[in-house]
Amino acid sequence: MLSPQTPETKPVKLSVRNMDFRYGEKKVLDGLSLDIHAERVTAIIGPSGCGKSTFLKCFNRIHEISAPVKVSGDMMIDGVDIYRGGIDEVDLRRRVGMVFQKPNPFPKSIYENVAFGPRLFGVKDKATLDGIVEDALRKSALWDEVKDRLKESATGMSGGQQQRLCIARALAVNPEVLLMDEPCSALDPIATAKIEELIVELKENLTIVIVTHNMQQAARVSDYTAFFWLGKLIEMDLTERIFTTPRERMTEDYLTGRFG
Amino acid sequence: MAAALPFRPRRLSRLTNRIMHLALWGLALIFVLVLALFIGSILKQGWSVLNFGFLSRMPETLDAGGGIKPEIFNSLYLVALSLAIALPIGLGAGIYMAEYAGQGRALRFLRLCIETLAATPSIVLALFGMIVFVQMMGWSFSIRSGAVTLALLNIPVITRVTEMSLMAVPRELKEASYGLGATKLQTILKVALPHAATGILTGLVLTAGRAFGESAILVFTAGTNTSQTFPDFRLTVPGETLSVHLWYVTSDGTLPDAREIAAGTAAVMIVVLLALNLSVRVLDRFIRRKTR
Repeated sequence: MLSPQTPETKPVKLSVRNMDFRYGEKKVLDGLSLDIHAERVTAIIGPSGCGKSTFLKCFNRIHEISAPVKVSGDMMIDGVDIYRGGIDEVDLRRRVGMVFQKPNPFPKSIYENVAFGPRLFGVKDKATLDGIVEDALRKSALWDEVKDRLKESATGMSGGQQQRLCIARALAVNPEVLLMDEPCSALDPIATAKIEELIVELKENLTIVIVTHNMQQAARVSDYTAFFWLGKLIEMDLTERIFTTPRERMTEDYLTGRFG
Repeated sequence: MAAALPFRPRRLSRLTNRIMHLALWGLALIFVLVLALFIGSILKQGWSVLNFGFLSRMPETLDAGGGIKPEIFNSLYLVALSLAIALPIGLGAGIYMAEYAGQGRALRFLRLCIETLAATPSIVLALFGMIVFVQMMGWSFSIRSGAVTLALLNIPVITRVTEMSLMAVPRELKEASYGLGATKLQTILKVALPHAATGILTGLVLTAGRAFGESAILVFTAGTNTSQTFPDFRLTVPGETLSVHLWYVTSDGTLPDAREIAAGTAAVMIVVLLALNLSVRVLDRFIRRKTR
């Protein structure tokens, strides 16, 4: 068990112990153990194919929609096992929201995109919906840009706006955790900066786990950083420490660009 | 001195490119010309026969001057009935195959069944319909025998189109829906089906067109006679359609003006089919604007 040595005041939100993930015969994740704290941003870095995206998707069981998967070990949210604790995966996904690599707004209006989630859970009242939509768009710093064109199609927005809309859509169902799978990989630097700013603001009352290819991004937005390599957790610590004085030689080599 | 590069000269590939472009354009042009000639000649022959009287009179059995009023009604009525039967079944089967069946042996078997049904010649379906519905069930030559047998022709097409359209829904959109806590059914109803709607609709109109033009099945199940009242919505009366009428008057040969009636009937069918295809374009554009 690798854990940071400074005292942490925030409680553990997600906890993983000896977790393996198999895809068919292949072991994609091997013996992972780590804790993710509430109201903190945890970044997961590592070279392509190290299993970081797969790991992220285990938290909301979204990979189950395409193929049956085998997860062993423990993965817990608030101390309840995600796979064996009797949690309904549909309910889990409401609590653990996700922002994907490529912005994926529905081909509907901006308003309908954000209202989609609340509608799933039976919110029908117009005034309530309006309130939720405005609140979510404000939180994702999009309200001022779109308040006059809520009825317009979301597919006509810029990539960065689409991604912030996807964040707003995820926030509209009031999740406890937000998983972000390389949310800026399809965006230009300005749009990326806006999303990064947003991430820092959002952690006020949200647990954020972000997978990123971009080490500078991890350094800028995260409190903790975990370094994955070939399906194994090599090291996890305060971001500051990972980037200045990593304990593992491999982490240092990766961060300085000697491999990866 | 620079060594010669081992590349082929660009001019040659540019020439092939241009020739291919021209050839493909020529093929498309030939296709359009053939279609235009075909439709033109049918409309030209039928034009002189086409008038309000022809469309609004009852058909004659021995004398010249018969109309095709009940045949128009029967054609539309049978298409509507057969689609009403085939749509829920085809849509349901298509949704099942695309979203629920998984990738197992059962799905492959089901797909084989659907494809076999789709590839069955309509004359074989016609005989099946006659034996089962007309004779065994005792429905005789009637609208209901015709509609049910015609539905057998439509079901595999609608199933396949539904399955294909649902498979083409981007995975990202489904993930977005699941990611917000949607159930499978909610994802299908709110994301997948709206996205697949234009594809399904196009398939539906193609199916309607095929059913509208179908003759073999209806000769053996709906018969070559028509009710003497108009409009007759009863399911138990025989219902000769336009295409059956076209075949019957030319092959029976008792009518002195069989040629004219056949030409007029063909023209009416072409006009209806053109209108059908045009309306689906308009509808398609409308749905696209609403959902994308």
